[in-house]
Amino acid sequence: MSSATKASRIGEELWKTRVDKVNAELVTLTYGTIVAQLCQDYDGNYQEVNKQLEKMGYNIGMRLIEDFLAKSNVGRCANFRETADMIAKVGFRIFLNIAPTVTNWTSDNNQFSLVFDENPLADFVELPDDGRAQDELWFSNILCGVLRGALEMVQMQIEAHFVSDVLRGDDTTEMRVSLVRYIEDEMPPDEE
Amino acid sequence: MTQPQPPRHAAMLSISNGGSSLAAAADKQQPPQHLHTQSQSSQGLRVPSNRKTIYDRHLNRSRNAELSRASFAFLFAEMVTYAQRRVTGIQDLEKRLNEQGYPLGLRLLDLLFYRTMSSSTSSSLSSSSTSSSPPNRPLRILPLLHLIHGPLWRLLFNRPADALEHSVSPETPNEYMITDNDPLVNTYISVPKEMNMLNCAAFVAGIIEGVCDGCGFEAKVTAHNQPTEMWPGRTIFLLRFGESVMEREKVLERAGVK
Repeated sequence: MSSATKASRIGEELWKTRVDKVNAELVTLTYGTIVAQLCQDYDGNYQEVNKQLEKMGYNIGMRLIEDFLAKSNVGRCANFRETADMIAKVGFRIFLNIAPTVTNWTSDNNQFSLVFDENPLADFVELPDDGRAQDELWFSNILCGVLRGALEMVQMQIEAHFVSDVLRGDDTTEMRVSLVRYIEDEMPPDEE
Repeated sequence: MTQPQPPRHAAMLSISNGGSSLAAAADKQQPPQHLHTQSQSSQGLRVPSNRKTIYDRHLNRSRNAELSRASFAFLFAEMVTYAQRRVTGIQDLEKRLNEQGYPLGLRLLDLLFYRTMSSSTSSSLSSSSTSSSPPNRPLRILPLLHLIHGPLWRLLFNRPADALEHSVSPETPNEYMITDNDPLVNTYISVPKEMNMLNCAAFVAGIIEGVCDGCGFEAKVTAHNQPTEMWPGRTIFLLRFGESVMEREKVLERAGVK
């Protein structure tokens, strides 16, 4: 547990001292209008919207990791459990001022859940009442992409997806994160 | 109700965040019902058993909340990049950004009124009902512009805009300008040379347009680069009100409405 507490402290401190702020509602509404635009462009094909959001997140994650490392100045994590705490307590704190709970580890320590008590991206949001959105759209799916992109840049291939969302009528908002593999530095084939 | 651009306004019904609105518009529902109506909700959106819904959450909860500026920059950059892939030119891109801001303007307007109202409730309720205190919607152009220049800007960017001017040309009395010396939205946007006309604050122009339309002031709003030595990113938002608005303005002036 101590790694989590330590991470929380680092996160709080960084949020207070190193992070330039902006009105939260501006961010929330901007994200909302992005999702709305996608829903319109893909004509209510929510699977495609999920995919696009994930892609956008991936693009963001690849760049965001640098900002994260520069601000946090933290070293390499010793294991995936530590990585999880770093994501939840430092990463989410710096960028969204929240700290989801890390839980539901598998016994091999390769899979965990992030449970969100709060989600600024979804403030003011209600999904369309069209009988499909609540079954198909993962409104905050961009976050899955952000994690994937960011971790890939630090040699971790992961897979992330939401398993529940209060916007869908679930009691919690939960994201499942699995480590696929650590990416080794690979030599180009012809130089072997 | 003015109906400046029926298709656009029609796209605006609905509920809460942008997330729901446009998808709802796809259902071709009938005109403006900003609030979720009974019949809609009874169709059955599922809600969590702990009732964590937007209806159970205080509208002012996020009033003073802050998020990282980087998060905004990342999202906005993705929005612009995504838009860029689907357009043919600068104008088209700006139009698209404008359209993405527009629904925010409509919603922010309600939020602004709600908040100015609740912060002045005590005084306005206790005074006689005939007094025209802050909560009233602007009827004339000038109060509307002040609303945008002050409260709207403060809500979005935590400071008022830098200038508010009326066109000096007698030919264009319907043109007003709001200046932002250093628009937050452009802070992390670098525009390639060959696109130097582009101003991504078109997004903000869309927000302003939404506010004007939502108030019943049909207007076109565009963002223009007007750099000075001191403010290389200086942006002018040009508001052009429609004829109907100008006519009404004259009538109201004669009637002595402020």
